[in-house]
Amino acid sequence: MAVCDQQDLFTYLLRLGDSGLVLGQRLSEWVGKAPMLEEEMALANMALDLVGQSRMLLSYAALVEGKGRTEDQLAMHRDVHEFTNPLLVEQPNGDFAHSMARQYFYASFAERLFDKLQHSADTQLAGIAAKAVKEFRYHARHAGLWMVRLGDGTEESRDRMIRAIQELWPYTGELFETDELDRRMLEAGIGVDLHVLRKSWREDLDRVLGEAGLPLPADDAWMHSGGRAGRHSEHLGHLLATMQFLPRAYPDAGW
Amino acid sequence: MTMPPQADPAARAWQILEAIPDPEIPVLSIVDLGIVRELHWDGRQLQVAITPTYSGCPAAELIHKQVEHALAAAGFDGALVSEVLSPAWTTDWISEEGREKLRQYGIAPPELGSGRRALFGSELAVHCPRCASQRTNCVSEFGSTPCKAQYRCLDCLEPFDYFKCL
Repeated sequence: MAVCDQQDLFTYLLRLGDSGLVLGQRLSEWVGKAPMLEEEMALANMALDLVGQSRMLLSYAALVEGKGRTEDQLAMHRDVHEFTNPLLVEQPNGDFAHSMARQYFYASFAERLFDKLQHSADTQLAGIAAKAVKEFRYHARHAGLWMVRLGDGTEESRDRMIRAIQELWPYTGELFETDELDRRMLEAGIGVDLHVLRKSWREDLDRVLGEAGLPLPADDAWMHSGGRAGRHSEHLGHLLATMQFLPRAYPDAGW
Repeated sequence: MTMPPQADPAARAWQILEAIPDPEIPVLSIVDLGIVRELHWDGRQLQVAITPTYSGCPAAELIHKQVEHALAAAGFDGALVSEVLSPAWTTDWISEEGREKLRQYGIAPPELGSGRRALFGSELAVHCPRCASQRTNCVSEFGSTPCKAQYRCLDCLEPFDYFKCL
């Protein structure tokens, strides 16, 4: 097993932590205006899981970095270009169909990713993953059921789900992109081969869309990219402005 | 609580922890819930390992502080409370006593081995905690706390919480 560079591990953890943090913040925007009470609680619970996982990942990232930063400093005192989440998770909530399609795309991916990470050579990451995978299983199932219900629902709900999938599909390719860092982490026994995940991710998607009677998106569609390298859509800045305002305006504020 | 002065410190510490209620389901102690994973007395210092139920459980920090305070108040100076993530908590660790307490409180306890079934997404027969009917259905997989789902009994028509399997 190759020895892993600490800077590599830091960046790898940051990518995982940023993805959950940004998606968790997005889901929390539904609180107070979800379509019904049960769904309000579901969205808030999923947001809580995501933020909780990210706290563990970012705390560990801060420890690995060894520069005295904390999880809060990583979450609240970095700017847009320093965030390494894929573009999918920062996309606006849109209507409920958009939020559920985004949630299914990501949760179904994360369920597979963290399932593999449970066996990572890095035991702390493996421990975080063992908890996270159980939570993502619930998220993927919940969002998948909504895709079926909306796709197989009324003409209106079906149109909206089709539109959501069309608009979000070009953001799914980035989830499976493999760069030099991914390759080094895989070699060190810490990371995951993302290509392997794609097949079962796609199979599950086809099963859900089949049940919903929705058209299957094309595998060779053009895909957005850049989030993991810090090139983000204009939406992330607005999200961070909301999320980071308080600790930036009142740097000494504590819980 | 009065203890015989020469009681085994580890046994005494377990008793202290058994008296700490879970902040969100106070009918259960943190020991009933299975989140106290290890307790070790080395003759001078007490070490306690606890594990969170859900990654984002808002009660986790409170429980950590309550454990520290309760142990300090009982004379365990400088007890070391740490968090362990692995192996990940499962509802199978809820004690039999804890399951009965949940039922009496109106929350359907998780079925044993349910974590595995959750994995495969198969439907569970959840018994109504009030009338024990098996004719129940899931209203929402998410409930008032991260660890609960909402169910409804089709016989006595009461809604109830189900401690969901993990």
